[in-house]
Amino acid sequence: MKAAAFAYARATSVVNALELLAAHGDKAKVLSGGQSLMPAMNLRLLSPDILVDIGGLAELRGIAVRGDVLVVGALTRHVDLLGSPEIALHAPLLRDAVAHVAHPAIRNRGTIGGSLAHADPASELPACVLALDATIVVRGPAGERRIAATEFFKGIYETALSPDELLVAVEVPVAGQGVAFFFQEYARRHGDYAIVGLAACAVVAAGSFSDLRLGFFAVGDRPVLAAAAGKLINASVTPALLAEATAALADELDPQEDQQATAAMRRHLAAVLLRRCAAALLARPELEKGATR
Amino acid sequence: MTVTRPLAGTLSVLDRPNSYIGKTVPRPNLDRLLQGRGQYVSDLELPRMAHVVFLRSPYAHAKIVAIDADVAKRMSGVIAIVTGRELEAVITPWVGVLSHLKGLKSAPQHAIAVDRACWQGEAVAAIVATSRAAAEDAMEHISADYEELEAITDMRTALDPATHVIHPSLGDNLAFERTLNAGDVDRALLGSEVVEADFVFGRHTGVTLEPRAVVADWNAAEARLTIYQGTQAPHMVQNIAALHLGLREAQVRVICKDVGGSFGIKVHIYADEMATYALSKLLRRPIKFVADRVESFNTDIHARDHRCRGRIGVRPDGTITVFEIDDLTGIGPYSMYPRTSAIEANQVVNLVGGPYVTPNYRARARVVFQNKNVMCQYRAVGHPIACSVTEGLVDLAAAKIGMDPVEIRRRNLIADDAYPCASPSGMKFEQLSHHASLAKLLQMMDYDALRAEQAALRARNVHRGIGIASFIEVTNPSAAFYGVGGAKISSQDGVAVRLDAQGSVICQTSITEQGQGSESSTAQIVGSVLGVSMDRVRVTLGDTDNTPYGGGTWASRGAGIGGEAALQAAKALRQNILDLAAAILQSTPAELDIVNNSIINAGDGAPRMELNELARIVYFRPDTLPPGIQPELMATRHFVPRQYPFAFTNGIQASWLEVDPETGLVTLLKHWVVEDCGTIINPQLVDEQIRGGVVQGLGAALFEKCVYDERGQLTNANMADYLVPMSGEMPDIDIGHVVSPTRESELGAKGAGEAGTAGAAAAVANAVNDALRPFGTIITEIPLTPQVILTALGRI
Repeated sequence: MKAAAFAYARATSVVNALELLAAHGDKAKVLSGGQSLMPAMNLRLLSPDILVDIGGLAELRGIAVRGDVLVVGALTRHVDLLGSPEIALHAPLLRDAVAHVAHPAIRNRGTIGGSLAHADPASELPACVLALDATIVVRGPAGERRIAATEFFKGIYETALSPDELLVAVEVPVAGQGVAFFFQEYARRHGDYAIVGLAACAVVAAGSFSDLRLGFFAVGDRPVLAAAAGKLINASVTPALLAEATAALADELDPQEDQQATAAMRRHLAAVLLRRCAAALLARPELEKGATR
Repeated sequence: MTVTRPLAGTLSVLDRPNSYIGKTVPRPNLDRLLQGRGQYVSDLELPRMAHVVFLRSPYAHAKIVAIDADVAKRMSGVIAIVTGRELEAVITPWVGVLSHLKGLKSAPQHAIAVDRACWQGEAVAAIVATSRAAAEDAMEHISADYEELEAITDMRTALDPATHVIHPSLGDNLAFERTLNAGDVDRALLGSEVVEADFVFGRHTGVTLEPRAVVADWNAAEARLTIYQGTQAPHMVQNIAALHLGLREAQVRVICKDVGGSFGIKVHIYADEMATYALSKLLRRPIKFVADRVESFNTDIHARDHRCRGRIGVRPDGTITVFEIDDLTGIGPYSMYPRTSAIEANQVVNLVGGPYVTPNYRARARVVFQNKNVMCQYRAVGHPIACSVTEGLVDLAAAKIGMDPVEIRRRNLIADDAYPCASPSGMKFEQLSHHASLAKLLQMMDYDALRAEQAALRARNVHRGIGIASFIEVTNPSAAFYGVGGAKISSQDGVAVRLDAQGSVICQTSITEQGQGSESSTAQIVGSVLGVSMDRVRVTLGDTDNTPYGGGTWASRGAGIGGEAALQAAKALRQNILDLAAAILQSTPAELDIVNNSIINAGDGAPRMELNELARIVYFRPDTLPPGIQPELMATRHFVPRQYPFAFTNGIQASWLEVDPETGLVTLLKHWVVEDCGTIINPQLVDEQIRGGVVQGLGAALFEKCVYDERGQLTNANMADYLVPMSGEMPDIDIGHVVSPTRESELGAKGAGEAGTAGAAAAVANAVNDALRPFGTIITEIPLTPQVILTALGRI
């Protein structure tokens, strides 16, 4: 488990990083926190010719509020999301999610930009940015592009990023009045990739949802913003309606089978999550039981 | 939390004023390890040392057609690329059988596969280079042609006539079969309620923090091979290496310094380690092999993987009338060398029903070959299978007749005053304490209150369960384990102690240390018996040139056997010292004692002479000693149990957990163990051995499984997909003791290393079934994954 030989360049600026990426194309890999990249290299699943280390780029760090947008730099580490007062105030979903990301040693190194660019369909943060309706900011030779989170994830480890582009920041709308969040995932051990998980963002008014965004993860080749949520918006949520929504969810999802779960089990757990999410957000525990079986 | 059952008689040699026995004292090696000054094999660098990496078969079963290494051989840093055929010139193959396991057969196994690979991960070529990275680079440029052969993966069809025979010379895929018939099973079944179940155990492995590692250094000038290896049995490695390299044992020295965990994984002879010894001899230079994580999963022995049909007979009054099992296990393509892969199934037959008085017992165990990684002895060999089947059946019987699980055990466990006695399988019990242990367990867990809490929560749709598992454990094995079957594996151990010139003690023992505290317990015994403070006792282990001959540390034998040898050696040295002191002080040995590094008057405790003064006289002024006295400040003693083949221990465990019937996830809330290992030398070491063992049992219960596909590919050979138990999922584990010392030794210690693993999974499985009782679901398969539980509940 030794990586094949590779060259290493420590970028001095975003511009410099982009030059390096332009020069080496898909033979280069960006090194951010390295928590997925380095194991893959040590297993020789990946053998890039050169690593472009962006770890020293202060311009990619930091969390700031600009108007009604929370801007999170790509190099923001998971541990920073966990401890940030701005995140706690404006996007607590990220904080709740990060508590499920691996273990402290990994959270100390892993970055939000790295996680999103890696696009593991079972990881937490991609589903969160879907639920939060965030925008991914990338920079390339032609300048800056802003990509809606819903357009960013294209498949397993596939995103809208091209090899000569760098993910520089994530923009999240700050949580407004009545916004509520829900995060839960099922894993056999805390810190593992989820068997199924849900990051949800809702606007609750007078006991019903005026908006509901359900970001499911580990249910397919990319995080899924579930259309089934639509059934619960501006409606009186009854066990019957919830059953209708979970049935629609099961139809909508196309989960993979792996060692942890069959597709049927993932559909089942997604339905459990949806019921528990609705029950929690509406503060109606009876909804959790669902239709009797 | 200890109930002591003292031996009759007066104070023993251990009941001394400054005794360390029964006390939690810090381990002497702790500072060294915590300061990063441990000496693990992976740390070792020798001049001209090269590194070996093995090209491993990607197929479970394949003919090796050709290996083209021309390009790789020319790469920078590459020293040699060696195939199995080439290595044959230096090392002979072996067959892993023992004569007392009647009918056990296996095929010759080579250090590196010759012509055919029989599991995914078997080495087919060695790449030796100046660094591991250079060897891995070269490996990518070897082209190996294979012709894939049919892989036998399912143990259930391995014996079908239509199934391909892995080793045609053996005639079939049956490695070993044992049957046992005690009492009158058929008659006893007539008047009984009968319950049956199929128990399924996942194949898993022991994940050590430090992987297997070896440096072999053939010194052609001395015609001597030095093997630095993390092993549990240095003298066994010496014997086997010499045998297959055509050397005398005196030409092989095995040095085993610090070892990062073993759990039975490092008590075997692995083909890649043998290849490393042979490569050193072939290339006349030191060679290092350190298994990486993927290799460890593919080649460290696996264990368990049993399917066992169990049957129990019970009368309405709770009397258990019959135990019956039919066990099947698949061990990979070879019986492991030299301890063989039949031992686990053999243990299952020996141990099922063991805690109970039931006289009627019928058993069959079959061990079959398959094209998967080899299986062999891992912590608590056979015990978790036997315990899960027995205790699962007892709970099923209790449910059948509507009796509380505690009550049925109370009515059937062997009475504490019934010893000595024997089990239907012929196991001899010297003194066990099932009822005292059960009583203590119930008190620790407050059983009745817990049942009330369970009922109250069930009414609120919270599903918690209580599971109980009694067990017996094989410890302190005599020659009955391996020696009688022809294996050169010592069951005796030796300890030498000597007083140095300043009154400190140097102690050499043949047992080994892999983290369990052998060094500490040896120093505690020697210090206590001699009357010397522990900081003056230095213990040397793991060097065949510099310790007495012995077995090492495995099968829960270090404290009980090596500890007794240490006690006897220290006693002999103490007598020598007292004889000498009496001569110097014009007293008699009976009037003197050694306490806290000084000779004192036994009567009034008055100090007479410090040990360092005695040593000074002996070593530097022997001219002042009375005539005719020849001091002997070194003593050596050996010990092996002779009266009982094994010192059986017993114990009982309980699990309290919650099952989420919607997600199938199990949350462990609490775990209790009451264990009787006889004399406790260091309570903290014993408790942590038990806790560590429990955690490995909980891993088996909920998490760990080597997942093979139908082509014999191990699909989860990494730490992300193979789930070891992590601290976040572990419950608090409370431990209590009942103490029934063995009378076979003066020390009275039995083993404690495997008790936790023996019963933990059984307790959890029983608790899950208890939690799921309202759903009418019984699950007899581990690991109890969400997929298994949701499927059983019909949720998916």
